[in-house]
Amino acid sequence: MSGQTPTTAAGSGRKTDFGADEVRPEVGNPPQTSDAAPDVDLHGEVTVDQIALAAELAGEGGRAASAEIAEYALWLGDDALILSQQLGYWIARAPELEEDVALANIALDLLGHARSLLHYAGSYDGRSEDDLAYWRDERDFRCAWLFQQPNGDFAHTIARQLAASAYWFELYGALRASTDPTLAAIADKALKEVDYHRDHAVQWTLRLAGGTDESRRRMIRAIGDMWPYVDELFRDEPLTDGLADEGVAVRPSSLRAGFDEVIAEVFAEAELDVPDPNAKGAFVSAGGGRHGRHFSALGHLLAEMQVLARQHPGATW
Amino acid sequence: MVTTALDSRLAVAREVAASVCDPEVPVLTIADLGVLRDVRVDADDPTRAVVTITPTYSGCPAMDAIRDDLVLALTDAGFEHVEVRTVLSPAWTTDWMTDAAKQKLREFGIAPPTGRAAARGPIRVALGVKCPRCGSLDTREVSRFGSTSCKALFECRSCLEPFDWFKVH
Repeated sequence: MSGQTPTTAAGSGRKTDFGADEVRPEVGNPPQTSDAAPDVDLHGEVTVDQIALAAELAGEGGRAASAEIAEYALWLGDDALILSQQLGYWIARAPELEEDVALANIALDLLGHARSLLHYAGSYDGRSEDDLAYWRDERDFRCAWLFQQPNGDFAHTIARQLAASAYWFELYGALRASTDPTLAAIADKALKEVDYHRDHAVQWTLRLAGGTDESRRRMIRAIGDMWPYVDELFRDEPLTDGLADEGVAVRPSSLRAGFDEVIAEVFAEAELDVPDPNAKGAFVSAGGGRHGRHFSALGHLLAEMQVLARQHPGATW
Repeated sequence: MVTTALDSRLAVAREVAASVCDPEVPVLTIADLGVLRDVRVDADDPTRAVVTITPTYSGCPAMDAIRDDLVLALTDAGFEHVEVRTVLSPAWTTDWMTDAAKQKLREFGIAPPTGRAAARGPIRVALGVKCPRCGSLDTREVSRFGSTSCKALFECRSCLEPFDWFKVH
């Protein structure tokens, strides 16, 4: 992969690694507006090169004010991007047609969040959302492990969806008060959508847990399989500590109580036990996604997601 | 005189931008939907128009088409430079939809949003959704998600027809 030269915006594929245990590289390039080829259909003589979509999606059109803010946006954007990609698998494979549509709709909303966040992350050093999605390798991604967990059966996907959307609901609710206007705008928009996603996951959790013996057995197994990865979502990092002090980011640990309250209520209704990390055979995942250490499934997922862009750089349709 | 000319160009730009239709719900204009937020004409260069729009949902793929249609329509109306800006804030809500728009939706066969998003708190009351074909309130939700991000799929138990409902958001 490294031998290929991307043809889109400058700086494509450039690696930055802001892992806490590594030295932060200097970000050399000044900010620049996206001069990539427009990714839209050109109608006749009308040119739209001044209004490439990517340049608009951050909402306010601003550049991230610091490398730290850009990195934070990257973390959140990677979470949304990877779960969106995972959900796409279900199209034409879900238990019923309506569920194909539901999971595709959720994936589309998540892709919207990812685009806004990654665009904003890239605004700091002149990389486009496509540069960040398609031209970074596995260790340059910053998504948490929950989002990397395989789709499994439908119950696994729902358990992952429940944890993810309950977390995002707390996160975006708090991030609306960010002192960074772009992050606040993205959060305000996303909140209403993840609220609906959370409701979808709750309905399915209740339905599977209260359905047949088989559906209940699978729901319990799925929750047991996904819950070791919940803890990582709420771990504070030096980056979030620093940005939270400035009022930009939300301290992940501050979201845990709200998350636990919602999950306790749902599980009580579904007559499910909240997994006990101290129970025999239970564990809490080490995670490491925020530092570029990933679950084994991520590389395969990225290979599928990135192959077209890398085999045919700049391709559009 | 200059001001008058500018005002007239602004009126043209507003009218043209407001007449662009949503590609997924073609009976509604982007003004009806509340997607169109602002139209301006540059005071120093009246051939330059700046239009601001906001997406209904974050991932709405219709934004590309809406932007292209705005550029085409305003170019046809004589604007040489057309800039379309997308803003996320304030977040779009169905509360911005006009009553006339709701009537147009109903006539098109889509049940309009019922109730106001702003009034929704922790306690959700599901208001009855009326069948746009026969008017019956004896309807049921088939799927919370539909053919586009902004709709859910319903079925009428009276006339047995399926229909889309524009979700309160």
